[in-house]
Amino acid sequence: MTDKGRLVRKSIAVLTLGCLTALPASAQTVKERLPTCLACHGENGQSKNPEVPSLGAQQVFYVTVQLLMFRERMRVVDPMNDMAKGLSDDDLRSLADFISKLPAPQPPDGPVDNARIERARTLVEKNHCNICHTATFAGQENVPHIADQREDYLIKALRGYKDNSRRGYDAAMADVIEPITDAQILDLAYYIARVK
Amino acid sequence: MSIARVRMGLVVAVALGLIYGVAPAAAQLPNTPGATPPPPTPNMPTSEAATKLKGIAAPPFAAAPDKLPLAQLKLPKGFKIEVYANGIPDARSLRIGDKGTLFVGNRVQDKVYAVVDRNGKREVKVIASGLDRPNGLAFKDGTLYIAEGTKISKLEKIEDNLDNPPKPVVIYSDFPNHQAHGWKFMALGPDNKLYVNVGAPCNICIPPDANSQIRRLNLDGTGAEPYIRGNRNSVGFDWNPTTKELYFTDNGRDWMSEELPNDELNRVTKMGQNFGYPYCHQGNILDPQYGWGRSCSDFVPPVALLGPHAAALGMRFYTGSMFPAKYHDAIFIARHGSWNKTNKIGGDIYVVYLNKDGTVKSQESFMTGFIRDNNYIGRPVDVQPMKDGSLLVSDDYEGAVYRITYGNGKVASQ
Amino acid sequence: MVRYQSAGLLLAGALSLLATTALAQQQATPAQPPAAAALPPGSPLIGRPDNNPAAAKLAPVPSPPLATAADKLPLDKLKAPKGFEIEVYASGMPNARSMVLDDKGTVFVGSRLQDKVYAITNKNGKREVKVLVSGLYRPNGVAFKNGTLYIAELSQISKIDNVEDKLDSSPKPTVIYNDLPKDEAHGWKYLAIGPDNKLYFEVGQPGNNVLHDSAHGQLRRINLDGSGAEVIAFGIRNTVGFDWNPKNKELYFTDNGRDWLSEDLPNDELNRITKIGQDFGAPYCYQGDIPDPDFGWGHSCSEFVPPVALMGPHAAALGMKFYTGTMFPAEYRGQILVARHGSWNKTKKFGGDIALVKLNKDGTVKSVEPFITGFLQPDNNYVARPVDVMNMPDGSILVSDDWNGAVYRVSYGSKKTAER
Repeated sequence: MTDKGRLVRKSIAVLTLGCLTALPASAQTVKERLPTCLACHGENGQSKNPEVPSLGAQQVFYVTVQLLMFRERMRVVDPMNDMAKGLSDDDLRSLADFISKLPAPQPPDGPVDNARIERARTLVEKNHCNICHTATFAGQENVPHIADQREDYLIKALRGYKDNSRRGYDAAMADVIEPITDAQILDLAYYIARVK
Repeated sequence: MSIARVRMGLVVAVALGLIYGVAPAAAQLPNTPGATPPPPTPNMPTSEAATKLKGIAAPPFAAAPDKLPLAQLKLPKGFKIEVYANGIPDARSLRIGDKGTLFVGNRVQDKVYAVVDRNGKREVKVIASGLDRPNGLAFKDGTLYIAEGTKISKLEKIEDNLDNPPKPVVIYSDFPNHQAHGWKFMALGPDNKLYVNVGAPCNICIPPDANSQIRRLNLDGTGAEPYIRGNRNSVGFDWNPTTKELYFTDNGRDWMSEELPNDELNRVTKMGQNFGYPYCHQGNILDPQYGWGRSCSDFVPPVALLGPHAAALGMRFYTGSMFPAKYHDAIFIARHGSWNKTNKIGGDIYVVYLNKDGTVKSQESFMTGFIRDNNYIGRPVDVQPMKDGSLLVSDDYEGAVYRITYGNGKVASQ
Repeated sequence: MVRYQSAGLLLAGALSLLATTALAQQQATPAQPPAAAALPPGSPLIGRPDNNPAAAKLAPVPSPPLATAADKLPLDKLKAPKGFEIEVYASGMPNARSMVLDDKGTVFVGSRLQDKVYAITNKNGKREVKVLVSGLYRPNGVAFKNGTLYIAELSQISKIDNVEDKLDSSPKPTVIYNDLPKDEAHGWKYLAIGPDNKLYFEVGQPGNNVLHDSAHGQLRRINLDGSGAEVIAFGIRNTVGFDWNPKNKELYFTDNGRDWLSEDLPNDELNRITKIGQDFGAPYCYQGDIPDPDFGWGHSCSEFVPPVALMGPHAAALGMKFYTGTMFPAEYRGQILVARHGSWNKTKKFGGDIALVKLNKDGTVKSVEPFITGFLQPDNNYVARPVDVMNMPDGSILVSDDWNGAVYRVSYGSKKTAER
C-alpha cells in the first residue's frame, strides 16, 4: 500500500469514528441529526473529506431517493444506513429540501490540464452526459447535480456504476457507463470536478 | 477487547472494504464477465427537443390517498374505479393467491407487498424486502414465486404466514446480470411452468444469447429453456384461455423517431419463434443500425401495434363475468406511457379484442386520464382480474392499486 | 481486494460457457477505434453504421464514365406492356441526363457527372449526336423557350440564345443567375420553364440529412432574364424532376428521401404544390409520416405537407412528366410518368423503371405501378438507369439512361419510328 493509501485509510478511519461519535438514535429529529451530516459533508455544501460527496445545490428528487435507498438498505454504505435509519418519509423530504438549498460546491483552485479537459469534453458529447445532467451539469429531478463534485467521489461513483457495486435507482447510469473505460472515468471526473 | 472497540473495528473494516472494492453485504453481482458491453445508442440526436426527453423516474414515496388521481380517470359508461390499496411505493406486478391475497412487486425499490382483508380492514404488509428489482410474481399451490433481476425465489405457504413470512428460497439464478431491462415479468403457464422475460441489455444492440427471450422453467427451477426469442423487453404476458397460446407485449426501441416504432402485441403459435429484435421492429421496419441486409419476413410480425413508445406492459385476458360480454376473452393492457416522445402517449388501459381464431379484431383505449397537460398523474403497470370479475390496476407513479368494477359490482369491503 | 478478484475469476469460469456463446453472437467490440479519416461534409456515407458488413456494401453506384456502344445497349432487357415498342433514339452521350426539346426537333441532353450538354439533331429522319457545349460544371438541367436554351449547372444558370443557329459552333453560354450555393451534395439541378414563363430549379439539401440555412432545401424560380428570384417551396431534400399538370397548372415534383434510416424507409415522394411557400418536411419529416431520427424530435409531421404518392424506398424518383400525347392508350393520357433511377441504399435494389402514376380527377393519386421495367435486373444489378422522361410531338416519349449514355424512344401502336 502506498503512503497515500495509508493516509486515506487513516483519514477514513478517523472520519468514520468522528462521524459516529454522535450516533443518532431513531428518536433524533432531522434538526438534531443535521450537524452530524454536515460534519462529514461540509457546512457550506462543500465536502473536504475524501470520497465523501459535496451536497450543495443537489437535486431534491435525487437526494430524497438516495436517502430512501440508504434507509431501506437498497444502497448499503456505511455510515449512511445508520444515518438514515428511522427517518420518516417526511424527514427525508425535509432533509432533501434543506440540502438542496446549500450553496453549490466550487471547483478547486490551481492550473488545469487542458488536454484532459478536452478529452473529457469529447466524451461528454459523445455519450450525451449533458442530456440528462444538463449543459451545466446541474442535473434535474432524479439526475444529480455533479458540477464541481469532488473528483475522488465522482471516480468512486462512476466505478461503482460500472462494476455494478453501486445500485442506481434505475438503470440509466449502468446503461451509459458500459462502454466507458476506467481511464475515461478518470478524465470525466477530472473535468466535471472543475467545470466553471 | 471491549465491545465498543470491536464495533469500531468492524465499522472501519466495512468502510475500508468499500474503498478497496469488496462487495458490501447486500451484494450485487459484478457485471457478467466476458460479455461484451453494448455500445451507447448510436447517432443519438442532439436537437434541443431531443435533449428534453429522458426516462421518467418513479416517485420514491406513495402518494397520500387523497392525492390519488381517481377523478381524472375516464372509463366507459357503467364502469367505476376506486382505490383498492395505497401506500405501496413503486407498485408494479400483481398476482392473487388462492386465498385472495393480492401480491404486489417493485421494480426500482426492493419489496414485495401483500394486501389482505382481515378483521374488516384492508392491510398492506411487506412480506419481503432487500430484494433486487422484484418485479416478477407468480403463484401456485400456496407458494409465491418472485423473479428478481438475477434470480427466482419462492415463499411457501405465504398466505398463511403473512405476519411472519419465510425468507425467500432461491430456486433459480442463471440469469445474466444487467441493469437495462433487467427487471423481470413472470407468469405461470398452463403447462405449470414459470415463464420469465429476459430483456435486451441495452436500447438497441445485438443481444447476447442469454438475453432477448422469454424463458421457461419448472417450478423447482430445473429445465430452463428459451421459449421465444427476438423480443426487446416484455413486461407482460398471458395465455389465451381458449387456445392456450401465449400473447406478450414488447416495448420498442428508443431514439429512432417520435412516431416509430410501435410497441407490439405478439402471439406465439409455436415454441422457438423469433419476433425480430434487434433487426426488425413492429414487423415491418428494418433497424437503422442492424437491419441492413436483413428482411422482416424472416421474423414473426406483431398481431397489433400498441402505439409508439407507449410502454405497453402488463396484460391479462379477461375471463370474468362482471364486465359486459364484449370484454370476454379480450386482452386488457396497461400502457405505462411514453418518455421518448415529445407529446406523451399511453398512460391508459388499452383493450384488444380478438376473433375466435386468435387474430386481432380491433383495439381501443379503455381507461384514460393518466396523462394531463403532457404530464403524468399516474402510470399504470399491470392489470389483474379478481375472482369477482373486477379488474385491478397497479400504478407505480402514485404507489397504489385501483379496482375497476362494472354495474352493481360491489365496492370491495374495506 | 484479493478476495474480490478470486470471486470474480470463479464467476468468470462458471459463466465462460455463456460468455462464449455471447461473444459468438456479439458484434466486434467497438473498443477504442483507430482514428478514421473523417468523411467530407455532405458525403452520402455519413450516417452509415459502423461494424456492419451489410451496410458496408452500400454506397452510391458509380455510373460508367463511357457511353455504351449502340449495339451493346440492353434493349432486349427492357420490358414494356403489350403494344409498346422501345427503340434506341440516340446513343454515345456519356451520362445522358435531363432532356428538353426545342422548336426545331432538336433534343438537348444535360449531364451530371460530365461537363457537356449534347444536342441530338433530327434532319430528314437522320439523327446525329453533337456536343453542343463542354467545359460546364454539372450541367444537369436544360430548358428551352423562344429559341433560347437555358442550362442549369451546379451553381449557375446560363443561356444560349438562338441555339439552333449555333449547334456546330461551340457557343459560350451567358450566365444569367449565379446567386447559388456551391455544395456538391444535391447540388446538381433540374430545370424547367413553367406556364408563367419562369425558370424553376431547386437548391438541394447539402447533405444526406442535415439542417441548413434558408438558401437550401428549396425550389426557386427566376425570370428568363435571371431577375426576380423567389422561393416557391421549402423542405425539399433533392428534387430532380418536376412538371405542371396541364389541367390546372399545379406543379408536381419528385423528392428523394434520406438514406441510412432503414432498408425500407423512407419512401421517395411525389409532391404537389397548391400554393407558394409550402414546406414539405425535409429534414424534419419524411414521406409525410416519419419524424426524422435526428431532427424530428419536438416536431410533428402535421406541420408539413405530406406527399401525394409514395414512390418506393430509395427508388431515386427523378425526372417526371405529365403524358400529354394521344399515341398511348387512354389510361396513360394526362397521367404522370416518373423515371425511378433505382436505389443504392438498399441491399435488394428497388426501382430502375419508369412508373405510371394515375391521378384522380381532383389531382390526388390513385395508383403507382411500374410501366417500363428491366433497367434493374432480377440478379440485383443495373443494366441501365432511367433519369428523365420527355413528351415528343407525335405522342411517343423519350427516356434518358445515364448508365449507358443513351436515349430511348417508347412508342405505341403501329406508328413507325423515323428511320435512321
